[in-house]
Amino acid sequence: MATATPSARAETGRTAEPGGGAPAGAPLGGGGDGLGGGRGRVLRKVVRDPKGVVGLALLAVVVLGALLAPLLAPYGPTEVHFETPFQRPLTVGYLLGTDDLGRDVLSRILFGLRASLEVGALAVGLAVVVGVPLGLVAGWWRGVDAVVSRLTDLLLAFPFLIVAVGLAAIGGASLGNAAVALGVAAVPTMIRVVRAETLRTRGRPFVDAARTMDASGPRILARHVLPNAASAIIVQATIIMPTAVIGEALLSFLGLGIQPPTPSLGIMLSDAQQYLLRAPSAAVFPGVAIAVICLGFNLFGDALRDALDPLTVPARRRRRQKAAAR
Amino acid sequence: MGRYLFHRAWQSLVTLVLASVVVFLGVRALPGDPALALAGEEATPEQVAAVRAELGLDQSLPVQYGHYVGQLLSGDLGDSTRTGQPVADLIATTLPVTAWLSLYALLVAVLFGVGAGVVAAVRRGRWQEWAVSSTSVLLLSVPSFWIGILAVLVLAVGLGLFPASGYVSPLEDPLRALWHLTMPAFVLGTAISAVVMRQTRASMLETLSADFVRTARAKGLSSRRVLGRYALRNSLVVVVTVVGLQLGGLISGAVVTERIFGLPGLGRLTLDAVFTRDYAVIQAVVILVTAFYVVINLAVDALYSLLDPRVRVDA
Repeated sequence: MATATPSARAETGRTAEPGGGAPAGAPLGGGGDGLGGGRGRVLRKVVRDPKGVVGLALLAVVVLGALLAPLLAPYGPTEVHFETPFQRPLTVGYLLGTDDLGRDVLSRILFGLRASLEVGALAVGLAVVVGVPLGLVAGWWRGVDAVVSRLTDLLLAFPFLIVAVGLAAIGGASLGNAAVALGVAAVPTMIRVVRAETLRTRGRPFVDAARTMDASGPRILARHVLPNAASAIIVQATIIMPTAVIGEALLSFLGLGIQPPTPSLGIMLSDAQQYLLRAPSAAVFPGVAIAVICLGFNLFGDALRDALDPLTVPARRRRRQKAAAR
Repeated sequence: MGRYLFHRAWQSLVTLVLASVVVFLGVRALPGDPALALAGEEATPEQVAAVRAELGLDQSLPVQYGHYVGQLLSGDLGDSTRTGQPVADLIATTLPVTAWLSLYALLVAVLFGVGAGVVAAVRRGRWQEWAVSSTSVLLLSVPSFWIGILAVLVLAVGLGLFPASGYVSPLEDPLRALWHLTMPAFVLGTAISAVVMRQTRASMLETLSADFVRTARAKGLSSRRVLGRYALRNSLVVVVTVVGLQLGGLISGAVVTERIFGLPGLGRLTLDAVFTRDYAVIQAVVILVTAFYVVINLAVDALYSLLDPRVRVDA
């Protein structure tokens, strides 16, 4: 069978981690209606999990910083001050110091956050727009499955950096091309996740019920299968996001992504490497910013996954059970 | 077994052919007319047409594609559009650097990742598990090239323990090569170890709670024997897959690591080619890396089916 291996692998990937994905048969989030009824319960679980709290707090800082960048930043992100290059952090007027052109590092980081989140959101958007329909269709119609599986294999054959190199060669390096390269890299896993969810749902009684009531395939997919796959899609998005943020920084660092003078955390690191000895701090803060974004998404994603998995027992209760057993 | 592998090999071949078509069409989509560029700006339309015919660009796309595949199969990757050197030579000189770096990094990733993963699973619920989990989330969140820059700053510039850049072939001087490659390999390796760590821990936890492990314990086998002979060996199935799938990340990671540490590898060749618009080199690297990636995926699947018979039963 053409699809045995990808699905076998996707399955191991998902069930291998006790906190990751629900084993086949176990309903995700509440009474089998995905996010529908259990949304409040899932959110409450996330907020009770220390990982979730820290993750949400970090994300709040990042998103607020990015949204309010024009208000918060003391200077424009590309504003040069030739008279004050290489200022140390905590200098009056420059909280995080300045770079070789006297540009304020704090202001550039705040605007750089915007670029990071923008690329991340575009990559997630592309993965959802392309991956979700293909995954649904592949899981529902066996005939299409073989074609989609070949496409998945093809997409998997190109490492994202190679796609980025190709796109940069064809259309020049840009934010858009970086986002496309990262989105393309995220599509195959999204297809597999959604396909697996569809295969799981199609055998459930409510789908049979809809079928007997003469509902069409697309209607069942949209009304019954998609809502059930929603939690898996969201969890997958929290995995794509930090990967794309790091990917954007990496591409911009290499000169394959956002082009200067537009502020990007990757470009800041690339610049800082040129004058590492004169201003080591300029190489530290942009990296911390990237780490904060990704830590936020990773922790929040972990907490969300645990909350959606009915088999995960919170650490506190596990300790209590252990004590009781003794 | 044989049937499964044959089937997978066939699929990989299809993927490779499709990938070569994508690359071929991608090169046609490049801006500019190669015949015009080669003939020079003052060439007459007749001269341009002659160059075009010489390059075979006047033929239909399928014919051109056939020609392209024929060249690829005979090992002819064309000449660098910038320096005129054969691309195959350029790759032959840079590939070993990347290969040594990747192998060393993979070793670091497996030793560190599997080791930490096993410790976390065995010490479940204690501080060791917490430490390993936190480390892996942290490593997943921090860009490896940033760790590379900090390593240069602290270990090379600050403490002078390692050279900040440069490359020595292990075949010429193994010790100096080790000294030069250690920092890049650790930077690249720790980044990959995060995923290996997570998967090893998860897979070990699953195996440790399996019935046969309990039986082994009940029989009175030493815990070391249970861990090594029973649990770890069964967990390796997942670990092998994860490590294999990380090789793609290794390729991307090697490019940026080479850039930070000034290593004259395939990554630098590729980046230089992009910035100088050396399309022959870009095309060759893209198709080579893709082919390598497809072959690795096939090898992972073969190994996987060898370790876990259920996979091929499904097929």
